[in-house]
Amino acid sequence: MSSNDVLGRTEGGDLRLVGLTKRYGSFTAVDDLDLTVPQGSFFALLGASGCGKTTTLRMVSGLEEPTIGQIFLGDEDVTDRKPYRRPVNTVFQNYALFPHLDIYENVAFGLRRRGRKDVRKPVEEMLDLVELGHLAKRKPNQLSGGQQQRIALARALINQPQVLLLDEPLGALDLKLRRQMQIELKRIQLEVGLTFVHVTHDQEEAMTMADTIAVMNAGRIEQMGSPAELYENPRTTFVANFLGQSNLIPGTVEGVTGETATISAHGQRLTLDAARCPVTSGPVILGVRPEKVQIALSAEEVPAGSNQLAGGVVLDTSFIGVSTQYLVKLPSGEEISVFEQNTGREIQRPGAEVVVFWDPSQGFGLEGGQDIEAGADIEEVAA
Amino acid sequence: MTAVAPTSAAEKPVEPPPAQRKLRRNLTPWVLLLPGLLWLVVFFLVPILTSVSASVQQGDYDDGFKLTWHWANYADAITKYGTQYLHSGIYSVLCTVLCLALGYPVAYFIAFKGGRWKSLLMALVIVPSFTSFLIRTIAWKTILADNSPLVRTLSDLHVLKITTALGWTVGDHVLASPAAVVCGMVYNFLPFTILPLYTSLEKIDPRLHEAGHDLYCNTFTTWRRITLPLSMPGVIGGTLLTFIPAVGDYINAQLLGNPNTGVVGQKIEDLFLRNTQGYPVGSAISVVMMVGTLILVMSYIRKAGTEDLI
Repeated sequence: MSSNDVLGRTEGGDLRLVGLTKRYGSFTAVDDLDLTVPQGSFFALLGASGCGKTTTLRMVSGLEEPTIGQIFLGDEDVTDRKPYRRPVNTVFQNYALFPHLDIYENVAFGLRRRGRKDVRKPVEEMLDLVELGHLAKRKPNQLSGGQQQRIALARALINQPQVLLLDEPLGALDLKLRRQMQIELKRIQLEVGLTFVHVTHDQEEAMTMADTIAVMNAGRIEQMGSPAELYENPRTTFVANFLGQSNLIPGTVEGVTGETATISAHGQRLTLDAARCPVTSGPVILGVRPEKVQIALSAEEVPAGSNQLAGGVVLDTSFIGVSTQYLVKLPSGEEISVFEQNTGREIQRPGAEVVVFWDPSQGFGLEGGQDIEAGADIEEVAA
Repeated sequence: MTAVAPTSAAEKPVEPPPAQRKLRRNLTPWVLLLPGLLWLVVFFLVPILTSVSASVQQGDYDDGFKLTWHWANYADAITKYGTQYLHSGIYSVLCTVLCLALGYPVAYFIAFKGGRWKSLLMALVIVPSFTSFLIRTIAWKTILADNSPLVRTLSDLHVLKITTALGWTVGDHVLASPAAVVCGMVYNFLPFTILPLYTSLEKIDPRLHEAGHDLYCNTFTTWRRITLPLSMPGVIGGTLLTFIPAVGDYINAQLLGNPNTGVVGQKIEDLFLRNTQGYPVGSAISVVMMVGTLILVMSYIRKAGTEDLI
């Protein structure tokens, strides 16, 4: 089904933020942000709390005024337009449904304010879209969190905004409902074909739904790309740690031959695809995701051509069912985590001596000199 | 290891038998209600019955009053004091409307823009009540005196000519006029309007305003469509708390009015204190006022329950 069937929407254009900055006194919440969100995409702004993602969203909706910078919708500069004059609607974090109006009137609210008389058909269609037509006469406080969430979505969507803003829309829901709503949101976005800008601190949520993710940190965009791109090729330690987990090993680039970069780390020689190594000499950080690392009991078991780090001791073993997570301490003092798929292999107890290894093509390189812990502890708090 | 079987006596506290426990549980609410009920009986029910009974008696101070079911007292009470009823009605309705018009913006400002000063600002609203009601009313004599800055300014602006033409002021004076009575009433009852308004406005989530702005409401429509309906409990509470005492108030009319601003309260006082045979008719007027106010208030609340008022 194309967008025009449901909403009869007119063409809008991309959302462009140009040099957008927001300062509160001496604190810079959003720092010189340049961003283009293509029309019809599901775009996620991902970051820990306080990184400026919500402020960015509020500037787009007009509820916050930028200190410097411009906001364009298509070719039109909307920076100085009042929120009620922008073709942008928001799904608020706490839903902010109007408690004195029933569900039907909540959904009809935007249309009525714009002077539309025949609201029955669009409201009913919208309630059907979120599958809550039977609750039209209820008041918001008689609905569950998930239902309120969907009504908040319907109330915003019915106005056919050029851009729909979602501010942590699933934050208040429990895990199971959140999963369900993630799928639902994605379905609705595909069905109506509007531009969705979604703010979240939950990396899994962002990866499940968004076409493009912008990882924000301290008011700036750290990296932007498709979920797979960000996951496989993070450019900073912050992204590597914030989006999933990473084993990061500082080393030095010894040389690049053909398509392979050779790195020495803790006296061991490791290799990396030259294309994924940002530097040709000097300090570098080699990263590899835990699920790509395997363990072997001895060096003989390691397939030829693998990167390997010998002399490890298992510090901790957690059996999760689908996988087993190991924490392996290397002689250098570094700890490597390993997620091993449950294929029936024997589980290693803490204290076992092991060799960790991985396919060199699965590693990624980051510029040396960064804080290896950046973004790691934040993710734990936020998740 | 040896297992020690705990004795049942040590495990459970001693409890009364079930029947006794049930009785005690049923009695508790009554015991808790008792002081309030006693208060109501002594200071509400008995006086009401006394004045209803007095309203159908006949007699005078010297010979005493006898219950003769003299319903003619009510004919007197209703027909003879039309002007006073009219004045009480006009002044109290005007006072309620003005209190709402003045109090709503104040309550709105404190609730939404007060920030950390909220409590202090609300305290300032109430602080004047620490002074006696009488003294505050007498103070208005100074404010509205002929040579006061306020009255001179109004006079210079020729406002008084208009108000005098409308019958609200007398000549070049504000004092001893209907306007002065209403001014005093508004001043005295304003906190009763502001308090309930503030309480209900303060409960409104400011994010609902943002949602309103997001859904094409400017500041006024946000107030009209979201804030006002949500603050209706405060509007109703505030207007009732103002109207009910205002309709029976006679201090303001006494101190700030003139002989032509008589209200019902003054007549009742007159009949009780300065007329040896006035008791029954005074009581009848009281009952008429009570029933009248009750009917007005009930129909107001019923309307308020629906959306007719918004």
